[in-house]
Amino acid sequence: MDVLINIGYLVAAVLFILGVKGLTSPKTAVQGNKMSASAMLIAVIAALLDSNVITYEYILIGVLIGGVIGAFIAKKVAMTDMPEMVATLNGIGGGASLLVAAANYLESQKLANVGQFAVTYDWSVAVILSILIGAVTLTGSFVAVGKLKGKIGDSDKVKLYKWIVKLCFATLIAGAVYFTAFSQLDSDLLIVGLIVVCLILGVCLVMPIGGADMPVVVSLLNSYSGLAGAAAGFVLGNNGLIIVGSLVGASGIILTSIMCKAMNRSLTNVLFGGSMSAQSGVSKSENDAFYEGKVKFSNADELAMLLESAQKVVFVPGYGLAVAQAQHATRELASMLEANGAEVKYAIHPVAGRMPGHMNVLLAEAEVPYDQLVEMDTINPEFSQTDVAIVLGANDVVNPGAAEDPNSPIFGMPILNVHNAKTVVVVKRGLSPGFAGIPNELFIRDNALMVPGDAKKVLQDTIGALKDL
Amino acid sequence: MEMFIMSLTIFVLAIFVGVEVINKVPPTLHTPLMSGTNAISGIVVVGAIISSGGSEHTTVLSTVLGVVAIALATINIVAGYMVTDRMLNMFKKK
Repeated sequence: MDVLINIGYLVAAVLFILGVKGLTSPKTAVQGNKMSASAMLIAVIAALLDSNVITYEYILIGVLIGGVIGAFIAKKVAMTDMPEMVATLNGIGGGASLLVAAANYLESQKLANVGQFAVTYDWSVAVILSILIGAVTLTGSFVAVGKLKGKIGDSDKVKLYKWIVKLCFATLIAGAVYFTAFSQLDSDLLIVGLIVVCLILGVCLVMPIGGADMPVVVSLLNSYSGLAGAAAGFVLGNNGLIIVGSLVGASGIILTSIMCKAMNRSLTNVLFGGSMSAQSGVSKSENDAFYEGKVKFSNADELAMLLESAQKVVFVPGYGLAVAQAQHATRELASMLEANGAEVKYAIHPVAGRMPGHMNVLLAEAEVPYDQLVEMDTINPEFSQTDVAIVLGANDVVNPGAAEDPNSPIFGMPILNVHNAKTVVVVKRGLSPGFAGIPNELFIRDNALMVPGDAKKVLQDTIGALKDL
Repeated sequence: MEMFIMSLTIFVLAIFVGVEVINKVPPTLHTPLMSGTNAISGIVVVGAIISSGGSEHTTVLSTVLGVVAIALATINIVAGYMVTDRMLNMFKKK
């Protein structure tokens, strides 16, 4: 039976990998996701066949509760809230791994009493790692959710948190060494203590990080939630868990590095550098003085006339577009322009939106065909042949200072070169700075026009004006 | 120790496979990738099942922890796959 179970895990692992491989193209992605789900089913059946499993009623209760809650969340969540959803699921995954490690510790105690379990060093280390990663993922993710929702603001107590983090690590290492070397199975209090320390550690690691950096943090915690599963696999000696956990771990690591590259920051700087606007931000009066008298304002009617004669139009959506719920209005305007004979594309910066790929999902929801969504490196050379670039609720990712001004705090960050377009129209509610807290030189350029207002309203007015032309 | 080295080998090799496969996922699908991996990390349900389904070696507390772990992991699995499917279907229709 054991052979069969292990083959079951192997088949599941292969199907998981093929499932993720399906995600390499939107055409095969739905199938890939289903393949991954059937892999999960196989893995669960294999686990149920395990000779240790005798009673099923508790398992059924857990599955029913989890299934109902899970289905409810999945149906209800709005696409704009995906970052919060993914962060929450990261935390839940970490919590589950933490509980599995704790339950295994208790069972090992009992098994050791009847002589069926002998403690090894690698088991002890795996238990500690499982607790550490699981607990940090759990509380870290919930702080990240608070920051994404804006309920937890940027902290000015960065030093305090760093100090607590150091203290937690010191306690953890001392406790881990004691646990591994001396008292593995009669240290309930020590385990509880270590869990508490790790839970605090999760909070204090994420608290000092700026809200704008949450995409990186969520990606990293995504990786941790997988590694927590792999660590639980080491505790239980289950290779299926190890393989699948490390797959998720690898995915999170890759996304984290893509996000860091797109912001031109090192992971260390994101995690320990404090929030960016606190480092480099300007005051309101400095910001006003920068723009004073230099911005050319326009309105929806002028924008409509401009677009009427445009051959090539590129939309540059940012998170502000999602906040204004303007995806559908954007799509409607784009369809009108296409009907008018213009070529329309969407330029997607890697950090547009609030998590990797978020903007693509928001636009896909508004039924924008995915082949019109163009990545930064592909679209940048095209801006010089673009008649009108419309920036909707994006700011730092179109700041030419990042490319041209070595003194800019975001110098070196890859940007969308919208300033190369014949005309840049910026739709924005006001002149307040973006996440980096700095003014944007683009807004005072000769080829830039500012249409003040809510993105959705401006686009609807433009659509109306175009119809009247 | 031999068991541990074997597990470690599997772990390291699996990370490499993961990096190779996931590097090919286009940025367009990064959000579904994340919610999909959320679902996959629900694999820890396997550990939770083995922990809570026993009878002789479990304690009341370990069973409770196991059942809560199953519920949490199932939330991940069900919510992860369903929401990923919801998103991917948006990309499919033209």
